[in-house]
Amino acid sequence: MSRKLLDLWVGFFVVLGFAAVLFLALRVGNVSSANFAETYLLSARFDNIGGLKVRGPVKSAGVVIGRVTEIHIDPQSYEAVVAMKIDSRYQFPKDTFASILTAGLLGEQYIGLDAGGDEKMLNPGDSFAKTQSAVVLEKLIGQFMFSKASETPGDSK
Amino acid sequence: MRKGVFSAVIELIRAIGHYVNDALQTLGFAARFLVMILVYSGQSFRRFHLTIREIYFSGFQSLLIILVSGLFIGMVLGMQGYETLQRYGSSEALGVLVALSLTRELGPVVAALLFASRAGSSITAEIGLMKATEQLTAMDMMAVNPIARVVAPRFWGGVISMPLLAALFSAIGVFGGYLVGVVLIGVDEGAFWSQMQGSVDFDLDIVNGIIKSFVFGIAVSLIAVFEGYDAVPTAEGVSGSIKRTVVYSALAILALDLVLTSFMFRGV
Repeated sequence: MSRKLLDLWVGFFVVLGFAAVLFLALRVGNVSSANFAETYLLSARFDNIGGLKVRGPVKSAGVVIGRVTEIHIDPQSYEAVVAMKIDSRYQFPKDTFASILTAGLLGEQYIGLDAGGDEKMLNPGDSFAKTQSAVVLEKLIGQFMFSKASETPGDSK
Repeated sequence: MRKGVFSAVIELIRAIGHYVNDALQTLGFAARFLVMILVYSGQSFRRFHLTIREIYFSGFQSLLIILVSGLFIGMVLGMQGYETLQRYGSSEALGVLVALSLTRELGPVVAALLFASRAGSSITAEIGLMKATEQLTAMDMMAVNPIARVVAPRFWGGVISMPLLAALFSAIGVFGGYLVGVVLIGVDEGAFWSQMQGSVDFDLDIVNGIIKSFVFGIAVSLIAVFEGYDAVPTAEGVSGSIKRTVVYSALAILALDLVLTSFMFRGV
């Protein structure tokens, strides 16, 4: 086989390979939307984060506007401190409510932000004042059992 | 009677020792062989058309089997994934399932297994036969280094081809999943792609998959050229080498996959 033809086929193969990588990057993955151009940091304190993970989404009105960057526990108060990167295009009022929600019945957990009505906005590095922890199923069942057991026998008849 | 048992035990221990010694010696030889390949790579890159030729033989000629298997595996993933997911009412997550299983695991691993049996075995056969017919010795006599002229181009051809083939495998697999999931079964197209894009991360999933396939490429190519070079120069010896290339490559791929996966995806 002549060298020119060989070069042509190998070139074709390499181009095809890179096209596949490009397809994976742009169509299957999301290079464009995963990395927000400019972000700022906010943090929130929760009593219990449930199954929230680093890189989990932060959503407002269902739209992904940021990602969880770090989770650690405060050694003094034993609260979980969740740091998150938020797209700089979006500012949130000081009294924004941060809660840990679950996508669907068995889905991943994410942070939902409900914007408040304050005039002042949260600055980079600020912390959410109002938070709601994840719903832990065991605790819920435990509470249910407890309230069931504390019912007087007369009630159940 | 007692003595017979005793000497049988000694014999067994000696057999184990012999086996381990042999294995270690081969491993050491393989490591030195890799160093030799790297040392003579510069010489062989000066005549890069040799490597391009090998990319053609091991990469381009593996395209058909890679593309067809990728398509079929993607389609099967689409069917099986839909079957399981629809029980939980989340058939829209089909795209996520197909894309993640392909980019993280199946793409690199299955493409490498196919590559080992398609290209690795033929490299071993070629080098083994060259050795059996004393072509390698003849080259040495003509002051042409057989590692620079024969081995290094085949090694690099495999290393370069492998990540490209794995990426093609994943891409065509996702397309196969799309064909079955969206076109045939009727999962919502928008949800299929958008959930996929929401969950597949470029660095974590795609780049790690490419790194995996690169490592597999090195392992498979090294095993293939080494087994060929190390072949006993008879018809039987070459056939044994080809068998070992496929078996060792498969074991190396799966073992390396476990190690790499445990480093890459610890489920932070």
